Amino acid sequence: MGMTLAEKILSRHVGREVKPGEIVMAAIDATVSHDSNRPQAAEIFKNLGGKKVFNPERVAMMLDHHYPAMAEANARIHKLMRDFSKEQGLIFYEGEGICHMVMPENGHILPGEILVGTDSHTCTSGAIGAFAVGVGSTDMGLALIAGKLWFMVPQSVRMNVTGKLPPGVFAKDVILHIIAKVTAEGVTYKSVEFAGPVIDKLSMDARFTLCNMAIEMGAKTGMVAPDETTLEWVKGRAKRPFTPEAPDADAEYGEIMEFNVSKLSPYVAVPHQVDNGVPIEEVLGTPVNQANIVSCTCSRLEDLRIVASILKGRKIAKGMRLMVVPGTKAVLKKALDEKLISTFVEAGGNVGTPNCMGCSAGGHFGVPSDGETVITIGNRNFKGRLGNPNAFIYLASPATAAATALEGKIADPRQYF
Amino acid sequence: MVLEGNARVFGDHINTDYIISGKYKSRLTDLNEMAKHIMEDIRPDFYQEIQPGDFIVGGLNFGCGSSREAAAWVIKKAGIAAVLAKDFARIFFRNAINVGVPVLRTDTSSIREGDRLKIDLDAGTIENLTRGGVLPTQPLPPFIQKIVDAGGMENYLKTHETFDL
Repeated sequence: MGMTLAEKILSRHVGREVKPGEIVMAAIDATVSHDSNRPQAAEIFKNLGGKKVFNPERVAMMLDHHYPAMAEANARIHKLMRDFSKEQGLIFYEGEGICHMVMPENGHILPGEILVGTDSHTCTSGAIGAFAVGVGSTDMGLALIAGKLWFMVPQSVRMNVTGKLPPGVFAKDVILHIIAKVTAEGVTYKSVEFAGPVIDKLSMDARFTLCNMAIEMGAKTGMVAPDETTLEWVKGRAKRPFTPEAPDADAEYGEIMEFNVSKLSPYVAVPHQVDNGVPIEEVLGTPVNQANIVSCTCSRLEDLRIVASILKGRKIAKGMRLMVVPGTKAVLKKALDEKLISTFVEAGGNVGTPNCMGCSAGGHFGVPSDGETVITIGNRNFKGRLGNPNAFIYLASPATAAATALEGKIADPRQYF
Repeated sequence: MVLEGNARVFGDHINTDYIISGKYKSRLTDLNEMAKHIMEDIRPDFYQEIQPGDFIVGGLNFGCGSSREAAAWVIKKAGIAAVLAKDFARIFFRNAINVGVPVLRTDTSSIREGDRLKIDLDAGTIENLTRGGVLPTQPLPPFIQKIVDAGGMENYLKTHETFDL
């Protein structure tokens, strides 16, 4: 019997064929941790008796969640991470952008590799065909010492996305729709493989969006098997050899689901659960106070281009606030070169420095007031997610958020395509 | 080990943002200070209500969302002795085991706020002293049970030279 993508990658890293349900010890190719973790992986590493990390070239630490420091506590953590990274000779970035985007963009994780990161959205790197999983600080401390970690081999679920995406409907709509169908715990502890004709045609930016949200349905990771699009994207970024894996034609999946998206409407997840997704028709006209163009889900160049294409030559609605935070410095640079940032500012928007601002409450950026409503292209609409439990958060695509910013109420982006 | 305490009942999908809001992760570094804000966004007075040894009782998908290990730590630091739920999100589940918070999978639907529960961790049973009846729990794989028995990963490593399987 053949193997799925996750089983193939795990088997190679364990040194034998693995089966779903087994607990195995697998070698780790890369790790990433960030400044929002309490406790810090470096502290755990020392508590557990760590002296030298397993391989400094494979250990990345990034300041992205609370950067630049907005409080003494952040500054303390930043110093701790800077000092530890210097002492150990690690890959270290500050202010470079969101770790889930920087890791693949800068070639620190490659197809066929295993990545562990102290963040649930580590699964984003599954888009390049890596087995990328989120862990806590203690697991990271262990991984830093040993260069390996235990995993329960997940059952694989294949999600075939078929049909043709209508104009104005994007990867974000597809994943919000899938999560609404599958539910927030629908694939807990399973590895999701996104496949099918729609996925084959998606850009890398769109595939990152899709895989980023696999965690929101409980998945251990979400992946796309590497194809020409992947290898073209990785070329020039990879600084070490790598071995892409593909699922066998006769791979055994726990479940195969099909989602035909030819008639899909833009999707919006209403408060306070990510799996509360509905077609936009059900929420059109809902008054909104703020639109956030932020996060590791969708603040890549393609997303910013879509937002700018809608905002160009227009102004956001009176009383509406628009917050734009490009995901990485590389994205910001290109957005400056393409004059997308001018478009955002001219439309009446505010622009933040590349990081996790405006997605998690820790960033203290654009905190809504009591009773206010925010539409965001981020990944979570939990009560309090943006720092105020008395606000309401809707999740949508960049196009829907841009259309909404112009009208001050939830608006259909298809009129612009 | 046998634990006895009161049930503090929460619903389905208690995410780690609810357990400890992201805003306190950027303002604080001391886990004991963070613990004072446990569940604040959904049950503002929860920290004051806790009697040491209480159990948090969840429904489906407990601990979903962010990977923040602080969520497991604040539960421990707030004096909660164990978490019971119908099922757990995977990262929280691992974190809880690593920091030494017993996590028990059982059908929690019959448990009500304030019920007195007696948990036998070795037998894997939960007795409801208020309502009567014994709930079975789903056993853990032996390797993971050893980490739980040791009281978390740090203690486990003190008694096992490596963490090989």
